[in-house]
Amino acid sequence: MTNVLAVADHRRGDLRDVSYEIITAGRQLADETGGDLHLAVVSGTVDDFAEKLDREGVDVIHTVDHGEEFNHDIYAQATIQLYDDVAPQYVVTPNSVNGLDYAPAVAARLDLPIVTDAVALDADGDTLTATREMYGGKVETTTELDGPAVISIREGEWPAAEGTGDATIGAFAAEIDESEVGSTVTGFEEVGGGDVDISEADLLVSVGRGIEEEENLELIRDLADALGATVSSSRPIVDNGWLPKNRQVGQSGKVVTPDVYIAIGISGAVQHVAGMKGSDTIVAINTDPNAPIMDIADYAIVDDLFDVVPALIEEFQ
Amino acid sequence: MKILVTVKEVATVEDEFEIEGTEIADRYLGADLNEWDDYAIEEAVQLQEAGIADEVVAVTIGPEDCEQTIRQALAKGADRAVRVWDDALEEVDLLDVGAKTEILRAVVEEETPDLVLTGVQSGDDSWMATGVSLAEELGYEWGAVVNHLEHDFDDGVASVRRELEGGVEELTEIELPAALTIQTGINEPRYASLRGIRQAQRKELAVRSLAELGVDESAVESEVRLTDMYEPESESDATVWEGSADETATQLGELLREKGVAQ
Repeated sequence: MTNVLAVADHRRGDLRDVSYEIITAGRQLADETGGDLHLAVVSGTVDDFAEKLDREGVDVIHTVDHGEEFNHDIYAQATIQLYDDVAPQYVVTPNSVNGLDYAPAVAARLDLPIVTDAVALDADGDTLTATREMYGGKVETTTELDGPAVISIREGEWPAAEGTGDATIGAFAAEIDESEVGSTVTGFEEVGGGDVDISEADLLVSVGRGIEEEENLELIRDLADALGATVSSSRPIVDNGWLPKNRQVGQSGKVVTPDVYIAIGISGAVQHVAGMKGSDTIVAINTDPNAPIMDIADYAIVDDLFDVVPALIEEFQ
Repeated sequence: MKILVTVKEVATVEDEFEIEGTEIADRYLGADLNEWDDYAIEEAVQLQEAGIADEVVAVTIGPEDCEQTIRQALAKGADRAVRVWDDALEEVDLLDVGAKTEILRAVVEEETPDLVLTGVQSGDDSWMATGVSLAEELGYEWGAVVNHLEHDFDDGVASVRRELEGGVEELTEIELPAALTIQTGINEPRYASLRGIRQAQRKELAVRSLAELGVDESAVESEVRLTDMYEPESESDATVWEGSADETATQLGELLREKGVAQ
């Protein structure tokens, strides 16, 4: 068993970027194991997807033409049957919301260990070393396992595969047992519409857990008024119901690219960073000099936001 | 309807800490109820208050030390709790998804709930996979990253919203029995009232060993080994403004004017 089987991700007619990243990760593993990289694309316009996925490094693309959108029961069945057919050393999926909805089931049914949210991988002989984060990114760990495994990779950690490949593309006749399909996707809904589009703002003052209390948001509103800026936030503020969903920056919120992004009391979890790393200039105000936000900040103030923000308001009044 | 909620006491880490071997030194660690599980408990308790759930059972894997944390679930309204612990678990430094699944499966098979709620992830080791793995092993249906659950369960179906990336939600119908992994923001977790805390002391908290659950000790031997832990190298090349709050605010003000984004 030296092959690698990677499964692409798509939604509402489009392949997601991670589908190209997974080719890079899968190719790396296939090179290390000395096998071929098999890519699977399940549901949707699979022939069109296969053509797009035929990038450098892919040996075989299996299309499973069944249904339009992601359904975890179908993905799980198709992936398990492909596993039996391809006999890969590793099954690689994105650690996306959909990846998390079928990869653990595949591992359980195949009785394989699973390593989730890997940020780096190294296969040597029969041993896989995966790098993961713990404690919200405060530490990195290496974990090892022997033999075949299911691996989910963090989005944005491997570069997207490029170029044009010459993969063998073929339809895989998965036998889907409809009686085993107990979930039905009935629709999609965009959330976070409303009065303000934070993705259009030139200057965002963005607030996180460090604000502590809902009442303290007034301070951030005053700052936004003084600067002529728009208020946005990280996830916990929206979870607490202190700001509406349309203000949330991050993986499950909006992607923003303002000229200046002022991150106030935001530690910079990877899900948040995914939504704002494209900002032109990033300023972090945080008491913790080791907070992950510092890694992507251009300017930093290591101080209490309750001292700095009033001073900044005064400066512009 | 019976609901089982899996909960976990997670370690919290101070801003400054030291690593000893493959662990963070004890003196820098605190303990808290896993944030995601708090939302799962709240959802179960709300279903009970709505008259839909007859019983809410909280289940955890952990040593005696974690009972105080697990009692939070009881204080918030769970009817009783089960804590699984065993000498065989003492020495394990990483309990992987497969091992957790084996242990929890035994509890779920005994309890036979209609609905299993788990947090999407835990704040410490963050596997994000146990709920779905557990569902598969039980032959339950499942839904991952659920941020809304309709409370009517018409025809034995759970209508959920799954929070996808990029501000999109997926509407999905899931047949019961099912396991749902609960995302933060689905509700507003309550604080335990004093009365709730007092009542929690009298609620049943059963302790079960692996043998009692019929789980073989070899099941807890993780296939995944933790081999190293380190602080990620800082990639920061940020210009750090020094000085008093007035001074740093002035520097930031200058930057904003220079960039033309504020006057």
